[in-house]
Amino acid sequence: MSIMTGDEKHSRASTSTLDVLWALYDRVLQVDPDDPANADRDRFFLSKGHGPVAYYAVLAARGFIDPESLRSFGAFTSILGHHPDRKLIPGVEISSGSLGQGIALGVGSAYAIRLSGSSARVFVMIGDGELDEGSNHEAIALAARLGLENLIVVVIDNDSSTHRWPGGIGSRFDVEGWRSVDVDGRNQSEITSAFTTSHTDRPLAVVAKVGGLYA
Amino acid sequence: MPESMRIRFVNVATNLLVHDESIAIVLAAIGRRSFDDQVLPEGARRRIVDVGIREQTQIGVAAGLSLEGLRPIVMGYAPFLIERPFEQIKLSVTHQGASATLVSVGASWDASAEGRTHQAPEDVALMSTLPGWTVQVPGHADELETFLRESVVNNARTYIRTSGESNEHLFDTGAGRIVTLRRGSASAPTILALGPAADDVLAAAIGLDMTVLYASTVEPFDAHGLRAAVLGDSIAVVEHHVTGTTMSRVVDALRDRPMRFHAIGIDNPELARYGTPAEHKKAHRLDPQGIRHQISDIR
Repeated sequence: MSIMTGDEKHSRASTSTLDVLWALYDRVLQVDPDDPANADRDRFFLSKGHGPVAYYAVLAARGFIDPESLRSFGAFTSILGHHPDRKLIPGVEISSGSLGQGIALGVGSAYAIRLSGSSARVFVMIGDGELDEGSNHEAIALAARLGLENLIVVVIDNDSSTHRWPGGIGSRFDVEGWRSVDVDGRNQSEITSAFTTSHTDRPLAVVAKVGGLYA
Repeated sequence: MPESMRIRFVNVATNLLVHDESIAIVLAAIGRRSFDDQVLPEGARRRIVDVGIREQTQIGVAAGLSLEGLRPIVMGYAPFLIERPFEQIKLSVTHQGASATLVSVGASWDASAEGRTHQAPEDVALMSTLPGWTVQVPGHADELETFLRESVVNNARTYIRTSGESNEHLFDTGAGRIVTLRRGSASAPTILALGPAADDVLAAAIGLDMTVLYASTVEPFDAHGLRAAVLGDSIAVVEHHVTGTTMSRVVDALRDRPMRFHAIGIDNPELARYGTPAEHKKAHRLDPQGIRHQISDIR
């Protein structure tokens, strides 16, 4: 991560996601850098496209991109911008940067995967600040109505929401019929275990608390 | 009276849904009852997703379906299908490289009594700013069917704006080209009518020495066809959209000719009137009398 420099890299936002990203790519996601378009792969949607250096670092560590490409972060000819572009980066499922787009995309993807009979899962990572976007709440409600068991949303809670979430972030999902679980966003064992939480016939929200001030 | 575009849309979309397992229909509370569960097989019913009154999610879900290889047809009222979730159309569909066929109802004044909230005369201009989209304003149900089937077959990004008004006859062959409806003298002004405006333009031009052309595909625009069809040095564009929506394409197509250009459309979207579609059309001076008044002094 340290070799990627630039004014807009949202360093704290990046570090807040690192442990969850590593746990996902190291222990949870069924993905293969040698076969990134496999129909039965798990999908990972980075909806909080801000601060993607941790994401890029993990993709490099897992063999999706050349580690040397990290040095070009943000350059005109680089595949790695301050917000990721799926058309440029192998293994990146969605382009992101404008907040509040990922869950709805995930609902559509998960619904289509369920129709196909595949056992693939769709993981969407958002931030607690991003959760302010109203579009998320449309999609959160719909996902539960559709009973999308193959949809998992990870909320990185680094206290960046302007007005916070009284009653807890998980309750926003619970009230719509999701299963939610809170974890220490720095404890990789706890994070990994959270993804095994039973959530039959309903989507799962994992709220990963990583501390305040954007952690 | 020609078959309504809305009915044709439902019939064609149902047919596509039943016979092609890659087709999905995404609705936002509007239109679900139009698709008869009694005649749809289970597999087809499961490919209808009604997201409820959640238009941003409607577009996002459609894009997600597309990323997985389905071909979504997305239907809704123009202001809620296009204007409200425009960022999702820009980013969740276009920027992702996804595809979708967006089909709107309502047009500019079909919902005349509903007021400004249900009217979207700006939709065509808005959609024309996005790269890689085909933007079409069919003037007849047959055209709508052709456009819809073409979009689905090609897995394209298409916006089809249906209208409660239809021309009496089919003008376009579906190839998206400019069609000559009436030929004036070599020096006569040209009137280009868009989609459902054509019959009124023809009526307005009776007795005038004018060439009348027809187009229903705004993007990609048939610049070559326009250049071939325009003989004089004056052209007017008549459309049921905000004034000037199609004019930039006309100017670009004829940029090397000394021409006079006249944009005729909706000057005041904030009309603040209810009533009937006919009353709105008249108020916007887009009925035959209003059009004639606007074109009669064009030389």
